[in-house]
Amino acid sequence: MKPIESFEVPLPPKVNYINATYGLKSWLLTKDHKRIALLYLGSITFFFFIGGIYALMIRLELLTPQGDFLQSTTYNKVFTQHGIIMIFFFLIPSIPATLGNFLIPMMIGAKDLAFPRINLLSWYVYLLGGVITIYALLAGGVDTGWTFYTPFSTTFSNSYVVATGLGIFINGFSSILTGLNFIVTIHTMRAPGMTWMRMPLFLWSHYATSLIMVLGTPVIAITVLLLAFERVARVGIFDPALGGDPVLFQHLFWFYSHPAVYIMVLPSMGVISELIANFSRKNIFGYTFVAFSSIAIAVFGFLVWGHHLFVTSQSVYAGMIFSFLSFAVAIPSAIKVFNWTATLYKSSIAYDTPMLYALGFIGLFTIGGMTGLFLASLAVDVHLSDTYFVVAHFHYIMVGGALMGYLGGLHYWWPKISGRMYPEGWGRFSALVIFVGFNLTFLPQFVAGYLGMPRRYHAYPPEFQVFNVLSSAGASILGFGMLIPAIYFVWSMRYGRHAEANPWHLPGLEWRTASPPPTENFEVTPIVTWDAYEFAPREETEVVGKFRPELERI
Amino acid sequence: MQGWIPLVPDSASSFSWKVDALYFYLSGITLFFTLLISTVLIFFVIRYRRRTPYEIPRPVEGSHKLETIWTIIPFVIAMTMFGWGARVYFDQYKPPDNAIEVYVVGKQWMWKLQHATGQREINELHVPVNRKIKLIMTTEDVIHDFFVPAFRTKADVIPGRYTTLWFEATKPGRYHLFCAEYCGMNHSGMTGSVIVMEQREFDDWLSGNVGSTTPAAAGQQLYQTLGCASCHGANGEGGRGPTLAGIFGTEQQLQSGQKVTVNEGYIRESITNPQAKLVMGFGPIMPTFQGQVSEDQLVQLIAYIKSLRAGGETTPTVAASPSPTARPGASPTRNIR
Amino acid sequence: MASHATTAPEAHSHPALQHHFENMEQQREAGTLGMWIFLVTEIMFFGGMFLAYTLYRSFYPMAFASGSNHLDLTFGAVNTGVLILSSFTMAMAVYFTQVGKQRPQVICLILTLILGLTFLGIKAKEYSDKYHDHLIPGRLIPGNPFNPEVAQHGDEDPHKLHLLEGATVEKVEMFYWIYFAMTGMHALHMIIGAGLLTYLLIFSLKRRFGPEYHSPVEVIGLYWHFVDIVWIFLFPLLYLLGRHYVH
Repeated sequence: MKPIESFEVPLPPKVNYINATYGLKSWLLTKDHKRIALLYLGSITFFFFIGGIYALMIRLELLTPQGDFLQSTTYNKVFTQHGIIMIFFFLIPSIPATLGNFLIPMMIGAKDLAFPRINLLSWYVYLLGGVITIYALLAGGVDTGWTFYTPFSTTFSNSYVVATGLGIFINGFSSILTGLNFIVTIHTMRAPGMTWMRMPLFLWSHYATSLIMVLGTPVIAITVLLLAFERVARVGIFDPALGGDPVLFQHLFWFYSHPAVYIMVLPSMGVISELIANFSRKNIFGYTFVAFSSIAIAVFGFLVWGHHLFVTSQSVYAGMIFSFLSFAVAIPSAIKVFNWTATLYKSSIAYDTPMLYALGFIGLFTIGGMTGLFLASLAVDVHLSDTYFVVAHFHYIMVGGALMGYLGGLHYWWPKISGRMYPEGWGRFSALVIFVGFNLTFLPQFVAGYLGMPRRYHAYPPEFQVFNVLSSAGASILGFGMLIPAIYFVWSMRYGRHAEANPWHLPGLEWRTASPPPTENFEVTPIVTWDAYEFAPREETEVVGKFRPELERI
Repeated sequence: MQGWIPLVPDSASSFSWKVDALYFYLSGITLFFTLLISTVLIFFVIRYRRRTPYEIPRPVEGSHKLETIWTIIPFVIAMTMFGWGARVYFDQYKPPDNAIEVYVVGKQWMWKLQHATGQREINELHVPVNRKIKLIMTTEDVIHDFFVPAFRTKADVIPGRYTTLWFEATKPGRYHLFCAEYCGMNHSGMTGSVIVMEQREFDDWLSGNVGSTTPAAAGQQLYQTLGCASCHGANGEGGRGPTLAGIFGTEQQLQSGQKVTVNEGYIRESITNPQAKLVMGFGPIMPTFQGQVSEDQLVQLIAYIKSLRAGGETTPTVAASPSPTARPGASPTRNIR
Repeated sequence: MASHATTAPEAHSHPALQHHFENMEQQREAGTLGMWIFLVTEIMFFGGMFLAYTLYRSFYPMAFASGSNHLDLTFGAVNTGVLILSSFTMAMAVYFTQVGKQRPQVICLILTLILGLTFLGIKAKEYSDKYHDHLIPGRLIPGNPFNPEVAQHGDEDPHKLHLLEGATVEKVEMFYWIYFAMTGMHALHMIIGAGLLTYLLIFSLKRRFGPEYHSPVEVIGLYWHFVDIVWIFLFPLLYLLGRHYVH
């Protein structure tokens, strides 16, 4: 049989969204969601590298027990800024603002998001927040930890708290506008025939993410505003010396920041659903359960913030309620992992790079999620709170989970976005390097944490050195591994093999249009009569020797 | 678990083995599910790899039965984890009544400790083995956290209020004390040791270190010099102000109709913000001492008031006096990590 | 299997129809849903301050009552009436747009705008009074410390703050930062609302809105009603505490 990748690949149509109009103004004033996604892609990558440099500095310092590479004040700024940049300027926008913006209209068969100008505004707001934060970093930095606990941040820190807070405040509106756009789009702009239960799971998880963005981000906005207000006006909001309550700050802060971690991981789970289904050519097992588990995670995620306050002399009964709910929120995630695994049973698995990232996600997210249970358990959390165990736990979810999904999704949809294929060999190699480097970096931190190594220490007792050396070695491998895709993605934009409209031969709506797509996405509005992951024609249920013909042409 | 690379710290308190047992249970379950998922994944990935380019596997919708099973079982397991953790935590939370009290004041970047018998320490805490120790803690500036990994316990210290932590050390030795809440420039340097000694050696240490007055005695002096006696009586018997003798631990009725329990936090608030919770029957005439007394002095005043029994006599607080169960011929303290 | 259908081009595509929407109905639905979601975010935003209010009021009830007593009840009540009336005129403006009566529509928009500006004017007067009574908390105004005991107008001074039993100056200052933060944020939203109304007014005069295309009026109306509702909560919580203590 003739292999699919025949060399008679038709060139993409002459006019697509990239070359439709030229000039800086056509990009900076675009209303096209695909161009906005690329604008975000560039800025997010920029911030990722800044955050990554901070990470490198941390791991370099921690190679030795003494604080000999950086002064303590500098180190404190470095870990603070690593957290702020990575969380607010990379992780939270990453998948929704790049892949979500690009794909949501395409996956539902629409020409654009509901509010294209608000979409562009959200990018400018993101940039404005980023510029103000970078100004704060360059002017002298901020050293409060990304958690800004009071009264240190209101009264004792001499760093650029207000400027950074302002940057975060403004950046939050980018999140809110994106979420608002997604919710309205998914509700009102689905193509005829696309019922909720026919939507790809990528849309379900972005819908759930958008709910959190819209409900949670305003709370951090007012919290950061009140923090800045207190610092400037010297009124007693969070500082007990002025009559305020420092634990109130923690409640307000975590009320957003816990759901925020679900903003970071839910989109990635949506990508994984796409990758697992499409690279094993099988409908996601238990589609309905996976879809609703996203909503359950969003809802439960708002009820558990108190588990960050277990050691703050919180009432023991409040602690028990938050502990119980924190265990409950793990269940929907477990359901997803089981369903993804079951999907692979008797499927047809391709070893392409996106699938490798998806498999890595499932393993690493299992570890990350289950170590979260250690922290949900009250007695163990008392010991582990503020140690490296917590650091390892959240990096397993954020890097081993969210970042893997982001990279997997980028690889998967790269032909659609750019019209080019990335080099598959290098893709698989870098996926492997990243996987190995990541585990070497963070696995030792679990052990160091239980042994008692606290967080945010720039000098530590010598008995922890062995773990730190392993961790820093892993970090260098991880950093190297992440440079490779950065290079070959850029390389592929000029030298990569041209991709056809549907290079993976998949039924999703986004593959039913050219790669790269024309500005209006679809020549005509599709009418959807099939489920999200329908690979085989309904009449034939055996293994077939041919793809559905319509997958071969647009 | 001591060996070339240890997995758990020293077990030196009555909590340690309980927390470790739960930790091993959690680790076991985590390892089990990680291995299970990974093995199944690897098996599927090899067994069901794509063999021909065009193959399309038979689609499957799902199975309600499987969904139910893999929802219920993880939920039950999660509930065992919750229940066990809550149980151990509940015991850990409330300090026992007859514990030896030590006052702790954290500040950037050191720990100041004072025993009820007057010994002061900086960044070190000497305690006798097998006795219940209760720490009453606050901070002068920002939030810190008193963390002793070997005891598997920690608690935040929060400005403007008192938090408590209790433990019973079970093994003599020297154990790390860390600050576990980021507090600024020298957060990594705010470390020290908890030194657990056999009772006899502890008594020797106590007698070799008497220099300062006990907190209660210092508090008594402050009580006179700050003029508390003019309204509350020379021995706390009352007058224009409420009676203080015997008041600690009781419930009082406030002007507003609410009730309040007289604990360290209430006394501290009454000194720094007297009008906030006025006791029924008294006018708002007490001046505030906010800014005029340091955290250390507040701790001393509280210790004094605690020592006042009804009738105006003072009782020594539960001090680290020789324990009736001291074993003769106890081994000298070893400096174990 | 998959089939595509061409969308019949609208015979007369409305000039306000955006290119990515199929028809005006979809556009209207999207716009309205978008505004409702935005209002939910505003609820969460104000919610943080309501939480702080609840907490500190429960800690310091007498201080809050003292601070609240000092606020001018007349101004507050008038403002409440003004806003409720403006919501009515706004709703009428939406109605007249929907039925295509341009003149009453414009009149109602003008009335709403005037009432909104009246609210802001009264608010400005209240803030200025607070400034003169040295009731600006913290160090927002350098050299103007918070001091509610200062008498400005002699013995009959109606603005002298009587601290109730149990209230301290420090805690009354807390009431005032909450007062300024909440009413200030509310006033900011009113100013934005006034701007939006101006936009509506200008385009209404150009006959932009009518029965086929009225969703901007509707959606801005929603925003205006929301700002009104926030005030309905703020007024009793800030102005009506402890009035039974007043002599």
